[in-house]
Amino acid sequence: MAELQISAVEKVYPNGFKAIHGIDLEVADGEFIVLVGPSGCGKSTLLRMIAGLETVTGGTIRIGDRIVNELEPADRDIAMVFQNYALYPHMSVYQNMAYGLRNRGFPKDQIEQRVQKAAGILQLDGLLDRRPRQLSGGQRQRVAMGRAIVREPSAFLFDEPLSNLDAKLRVQMRVEIKQLQRRLGTTSVYVTHDQIEAMTMADRLVVMNAGVAEQIGTPIELYDRPSSVFVGGFIGSPAMNFLAGQVDTDGRHLLLGNGARLALPADGAPAEPNRLVTIGVRPEHLAPAEDGPLRFEVELVEHLGADTLLYGEASAATGGGNGDKGGLVTVRLSGHHALAMGTVLGLTAEPAQLHLFDAATGRRL
Amino acid sequence: MVENRPWLTVFSHFVLILGIGVVALPLWVTVVASTHAGEDLLTSPIPMWFGDNMVDNYRQMLGSGMQHVSGQPLTLMMFNSLVMALSIAIGKIAISLIAAFAICYFQFPLRMTCFWMIFITLMLPVEVRILPTYEVIANVFTPLTKLLNLLGMEGTEIVLPGITIDLDLSMLDSYAGLTLPLIASATATFLFRQFFLTVPDELTEAARIDGAGPLKFFRDILLPLSRTNIAALFVILFIYGWNQYLWPLLVTTDPAYVTIVMGIQSMVNVADIEPQWNLVMTAATLAMLPPVAIVIGMQRLFVKGLVETEK
Repeated sequence: MAELQISAVEKVYPNGFKAIHGIDLEVADGEFIVLVGPSGCGKSTLLRMIAGLETVTGGTIRIGDRIVNELEPADRDIAMVFQNYALYPHMSVYQNMAYGLRNRGFPKDQIEQRVQKAAGILQLDGLLDRRPRQLSGGQRQRVAMGRAIVREPSAFLFDEPLSNLDAKLRVQMRVEIKQLQRRLGTTSVYVTHDQIEAMTMADRLVVMNAGVAEQIGTPIELYDRPSSVFVGGFIGSPAMNFLAGQVDTDGRHLLLGNGARLALPADGAPAEPNRLVTIGVRPEHLAPAEDGPLRFEVELVEHLGADTLLYGEASAATGGGNGDKGGLVTVRLSGHHALAMGTVLGLTAEPAQLHLFDAATGRRL
Repeated sequence: MVENRPWLTVFSHFVLILGIGVVALPLWVTVVASTHAGEDLLTSPIPMWFGDNMVDNYRQMLGSGMQHVSGQPLTLMMFNSLVMALSIAIGKIAISLIAAFAICYFQFPLRMTCFWMIFITLMLPVEVRILPTYEVIANVFTPLTKLLNLLGMEGTEIVLPGITIDLDLSMLDSYAGLTLPLIASATATFLFRQFFLTVPDELTEAARIDGAGPLKFFRDILLPLSRTNIAALFVILFIYGWNQYLWPLLVTTDPAYVTIVMGIQSMVNVADIEPQWNLVMTAATLAMLPPVAIVIGMQRLFVKGLVETEK
């Protein structure tokens, strides 16, 4: 058990490519941190730097009270679970789990005891003599977990461990990993590109984009107050709607490019009049209303059972403006709605649910 | 095939039987001939069924050999061939494994240059470089003395205060001379390199996190994974070594180092008298046995090594 401290960590590859642009992160003892972001954002690189599989070219990484920048992976007291499990194909499940302990010179009876304990926790009791190829995907995943927990390390590192599983198993393993981490209370860093996985598992999330930590916070903080267009678009499914607009001259309304006027919260806009902004509003925060400021034409309906998703074009209800279409908008209604394609609805949004971002930088206003 | 064309079936069976005949008949004649007395084979037609001289033939060849040729018993020749084939197979595999490990898993200056230098030797089999190779084996220090001569030093000795090192070490007529030049192998290095490249990086990384250093990783992970490849290569290289003819002929003159392939050849090329075909065939039959045993014994692993991707 230990806290993990990442200060101003940078990664520059020998060819000059800068993959990580100075990240600061403090992980408390026993915390479950998820690094999330699109492919190539540097989340795996950061994890591999913590593991010691990539060199650190700037800043420091501290596990517990040791700076580990120069330590070999084996000496960092971490355990890692890989996407493709990386089980040794010629060894039995037992040998796979015992290998790390054997290399560290643990006595036989202690290895036996630890492996049996881990096997019990992970329900692998009957499978210890099998080879990895005789196991199902979920079982292999458990063996990979077992290999990590027998070591009783200071921190677990997970590199997209569920990507190779089918959807149903993924949900199940997600819950298992989370429960296991709670039970063991081991500090964990988990990398994924799946935002549902990220939201459901994380104590705190780090949303990464192009080598920068865009925002760090609890899942609900990120959902309620995304710090940038990127975070807003990445967290939440279906994704947040973005519309281009401008703060109206009165400072109390937003003027959309398509001519619609949306009311701002009563306490005023966090922006001066005439400022160009990007407005973000989540699909679940758009509601049908007869006299709503937006006119929405349904182009596609998806029935999910609990929810109904509507896709279509939004434009101004009153006409005027420059006559632009507002762009594609997604609306999420709860329950069943029998709406035909081409139906026209009025839409409104709670002023408090509007997110305003600077049009140029994409940062929250 | 669900097609039912009787004549096609008959025809394809005919072709197959013909094929078996072409391959098997000479083998049959060889084995049968090795059981007859010498005179039986000089009259027409040659016998197609076993004679009663088998025990005598084999006892003579294994015990004393053919007196008027080299006078060496086949046991010695087979032992020589066995030493040669095993040394070549094991030596090639060991060196190639280590070379491929170095090229795939370590960063060192001129790594790719090393790889390409090894690879280019594919174009230089023993037959092509046989004269220079012979010269080196005749005196291992040849390259060094040539270099010293270039630098203006004469003679074949290095004189240091107190001792004189004579730069003359011949490997002619020795097992080392027979095998060493054939051990260097680009093919096997390349094969292992290709195999190592398919081993997922995560496996290496998992081993690093599990505290396995490079040699431990090699021994505990890479070697067991290469097991089937090693077996397949062993079979191929053993037969390659067993069948060597030109090189042993060149570097050995001492009858004590005659290999069986050379031996059979010298039994046929006799001057003035008829070759004793029954004894030649006995030798041929015996010469076939070890490779056959190796193939049969390692067949399962061999096939696995060629087709399977066990990962």
